[in-house]
Amino acid sequence: MTAYIIRRLLYAIPIALGVSMVCFALVYIAPGDPLQTLLPEDASAETIEMVKKAYGFDKPIPVQYALWLGKVLTGDFGNSIASGRAVSEELFKALANTILLAAGAVAIAFSLAFAMGTVAGYWVGSKVDRFVTGVAVVGVSIPNYWLAIVLVIIFAVELNVLPATGMGPRGSDTFELLTWDHFRHVILPIFTLSMIPIGIITRTTRSCVAETLNQDFVETLRAKGLVESQVLLHVIRNSLPQVLAVMGLQFGYLMGGSILVETIFTWPGTGFLLNKAILTRDIPVLQGTILVLAMIFVATNLVIDLCQTAIDPRLKRS
Amino acid sequence: MVSASSVEPQALADMQSGPALKVRGYWASVAYRLRYDYLTLFFGGMVILVILSAIFAPLLAPMDPYQSSMINRLKPIGYKDFLLGTDELGRDLLSRLLYGGRISLTMGVLPVVIATLVGGTLGVIAGFVGGKVNMAIMRIMDVFYAFPSILLAVAISGAMGGGIVNGMVSLTLIFIPPLCRVAETATSQVRSLDFVEAARASGAGTFSIISVHILGNVLGPILIYSSSLVSVSILIASGLSFLGLGVTPPEPDWGLMLNTLRQAIYINPVICALPGVAILITSISFNLVSDGLRSAMDVRL
Repeated sequence: MTAYIIRRLLYAIPIALGVSMVCFALVYIAPGDPLQTLLPEDASAETIEMVKKAYGFDKPIPVQYALWLGKVLTGDFGNSIASGRAVSEELFKALANTILLAAGAVAIAFSLAFAMGTVAGYWVGSKVDRFVTGVAVVGVSIPNYWLAIVLVIIFAVELNVLPATGMGPRGSDTFELLTWDHFRHVILPIFTLSMIPIGIITRTTRSCVAETLNQDFVETLRAKGLVESQVLLHVIRNSLPQVLAVMGLQFGYLMGGSILVETIFTWPGTGFLLNKAILTRDIPVLQGTILVLAMIFVATNLVIDLCQTAIDPRLKRS
Repeated sequence: MVSASSVEPQALADMQSGPALKVRGYWASVAYRLRYDYLTLFFGGMVILVILSAIFAPLLAPMDPYQSSMINRLKPIGYKDFLLGTDELGRDLLSRLLYGGRISLTMGVLPVVIATLVGGTLGVIAGFVGGKVNMAIMRIMDVFYAFPSILLAVAISGAMGGGIVNGMVSLTLIFIPPLCRVAETATSQVRSLDFVEAARASGAGTFSIISVHILGNVLGPILIYSSSLVSVSILIASGLSFLGLGVTPPEPDWGLMLNTLRQAIYINPVICALPGVAILITSISFNLVSDGLRSAMDVRL
């Protein structure tokens, strides 16, 4: 197992480097001089000189990349053009808020979708199955930014029971999950974000359970006289690793894909930060946020792989 | 190859009349399965309807989609001649939805088509050649795979600046890696099968092996997979426009309309939800048609 972990870690390094190169290139695909995209318009001649030196714009691109990478590894993502503050400062605060949403959404999605998927997979072709499959299709097809607006219209505008925006009373930017005043702000965003994972996890669970039921060992379990509920327990245990893997992947997707939902709910997470950066053309913030989110995605994939192999050693060989 | 006419007429008649031995060709059986799949047929009709209404928008639209009117802002459904009401600048919503379908569908379909050509070609090359070429192509794809797709689209179009073209470029880029992977997997599976070996032994060149034996067998999975991406592409494209990264005003686009109407949820909430209904109907239809085709063609991805 140790050898496998090391091999898998070594494999992740070139990927991580590649990801960092793509993020580094973002400054260069932005129209105009890279120096201009990194500096506010009213920067003084000394600041320009300083940044030029610090980023090594007088040196060849590979050297610039190495310099940049060295900085990033120590947690220095440069300064925001809009606020002038360090990117890392805003970024890590926003990150915690996004993790809260993504983790909540995935937890809800898993509990709902696993139950629905198991029922549908057990009775494939039944009315229940058709209903669940329908829910899953709607889940993956619904534009979640539209769902967010509809939910705001229903619960904030018409019924006036839940807040439309923000993460706490009076524009608070700290969060206490156990206070109702705070908690009510998180309900709509988490529900909205859980829609896509509900669709995808339901589909995966359904096909996993249906497939496992067709395997020979299920016949054996029945032959030796297990009651149906215990058979189902075995089937669930066999489908769980694959479903958990899909769930982990969905967490990674939500971390990187919450930009639209966060923008609608003005939830101060990474997506909201990205949107602000795009509107103000704040390339350092854009670059840093995307790098960190992509690295989280890489790390999530790595953890999923390792967990899956730990549960099911047969995967090690492939 | 034996042509039908060289077979004895009586034998041919026997083959055709034998009820138990009636064998359908692949496409005939796909068509047979589809004929009884009413759900797929219904949503296939919806897809055609959406496409036709986008193509014939100039004929169908009751009014000029750009004509604004300050006194007719945010009117409800059925107000005067405005069948679906008006938007925040008093423009006829039905006409804008019809015209918006043109841009939204183009941004949904075109990137998938280009990505299928590029990604599919790269994948077939990687799968067929194998070795170092495969390594090089697939490792580069792995890097782009390491980004959640929406994030990469936002990153690229965010850095390049908005606009339809940049939006489509970023969408194309995010669909190339998954398509390449599907093509590569399918190709390397087919490559090791006996009939490819047989073709090579009988002296077929690389080009004819790829075009006859490989493509015939990998095109199905690739096309099914890319059809499932159309719905994703429409959702992300509208999302980009919603963020101001795709279509720019005053062009009508479902995502952009959703964003500009969002300011009016306290005044006329029903109107604000309409562009999203258009996106939802289109994306569900494309999704279900793709699912139906997949099971009719018996493709496993």
